[in-house]
Amino acid sequence: MSKIITSSMEAVSDIPRGASILIGGFGICGMAHNLCKALSERKDVGDFHLVSNAGGVDGWGVGMMFENRQIRSIVASRVGPACKSYEEQALRGEIEVELSPQGTFIERIRAGGAGIGGFFTPTGAGTVVAEGKETRIIDGQEYIFEEPIRSDYAFIKAWKGDERGNLIYRMSAQNFNPVMATAAEVTIAEVEEIVSVGEIAPENVHTPGIFVQRVVLGEDIEKPIEIMTNRSREGLGGS
Amino acid sequence: MEVPRGGYVNLGLGIPTLVSNYIPEEYGVTIHSENGVLGVGPFPYEGDEDPDLLNASKETVTIMPGGSYFDSATSFSMVRGGHIDVTILGAMEVAGNGDLANWAIPGKMISGMGGAMDLVVGARKVILTMEHVSKRGVPKIVKACSLPLTGKSVVDVIITDLAFMTVETDGLLLCEIAPGVSENDVRDKTEADLLVASDLCEMFASD
Repeated sequence: MSKIITSSMEAVSDIPRGASILIGGFGICGMAHNLCKALSERKDVGDFHLVSNAGGVDGWGVGMMFENRQIRSIVASRVGPACKSYEEQALRGEIEVELSPQGTFIERIRAGGAGIGGFFTPTGAGTVVAEGKETRIIDGQEYIFEEPIRSDYAFIKAWKGDERGNLIYRMSAQNFNPVMATAAEVTIAEVEEIVSVGEIAPENVHTPGIFVQRVVLGEDIEKPIEIMTNRSREGLGGS
Repeated sequence: MEVPRGGYVNLGLGIPTLVSNYIPEEYGVTIHSENGVLGVGPFPYEGDEDPDLLNASKETVTIMPGGSYFDSATSFSMVRGGHIDVTILGAMEVAGNGDLANWAIPGKMISGMGGAMDLVVGARKVILTMEHVSKRGVPKIVKACSLPLTGKSVVDVIITDLAFMTVETDGLLLCEIAPGVSENDVRDKTEADLLVASDLCEMFASD
């Protein structure tokens, strides 16, 4: 049975108010913009609980869901200045924010997807991150207990996908996506290209289709660059 | 040179990104970026920027031959698992015992710690590059940090505009001072207690 859905709007049409959603992307690199945009256009739903490393940027990706005030809480490692609507709502206390160190953040999701009930990590020991958490000394070093994260939905951005849900990512745009794909009840993959089954060689599949329930071809394929740095062809220099 | 030949190095956000332009190619150093790149290369030529190839500061970069891409969990396995030889970070405050604060100021908008808390516990060596005092002239190298910590007893080396120091089990050791700066100048601008190396010398004098 094919997992391909005809539009981003259809792919997000059953997401109810209050759903928890994992959203991949480092900044906007590797973020499923079309799925976020489609959900932001559904004015009937909101109060979402996001798990996304960052808060996105204004007018793009998850930033559009902040603009439409659809977010109740977010777990992230670094959110902020690039998204004004997030910042305004966070400062007014309208969004509940849980900061989790980036390595802990993704390991919690990995644990959630892998059926692991949490883990001990040295990251954050002796800091505010450790407050209220169980600690243990392992090999003479202090570790803190971190709980797993699972969600109702995951918005994944991949480069290519097939109707079985097999995915391949491009360059550093994979970031949180392959791990998040494993940790949701319904994983929706937005891809740049739908390929026929077998075109991605089995040894090159990054995310096996078992983790993916829906595949949709992204309608708007524009990929903005947040911070453009380059050098002139004559010599070294940023711009 | 605090970066080992053939080593794996992570550069934190901000100033340290500049360091990559000063590591000689023959050193064979591989730059890790926690968003999932090993073998980060220089900025691309104008027109060659790729929105899918960024470093952890979200800047467009390139990748070196022999480089690789991977997911965030694998990236932080490299970090926490002790596979990164050196991380170079900025600091708001550092204490004589190696406590570091570099991610939050109470009362101000807090954007988050990103990967800094993982890097400071996981990298084999933590190097800070920072201004010796704040813009208002207040010492940033203190007896005890007042800002929220990034990690406890995690710093190994502190490089400032005035001095090069190492964190030893018995305290902060002043090893090198910048040209034209006296030992007393450094003491005046350092709140933490300072030990002085027997072979104290001028900075930049050796590699």
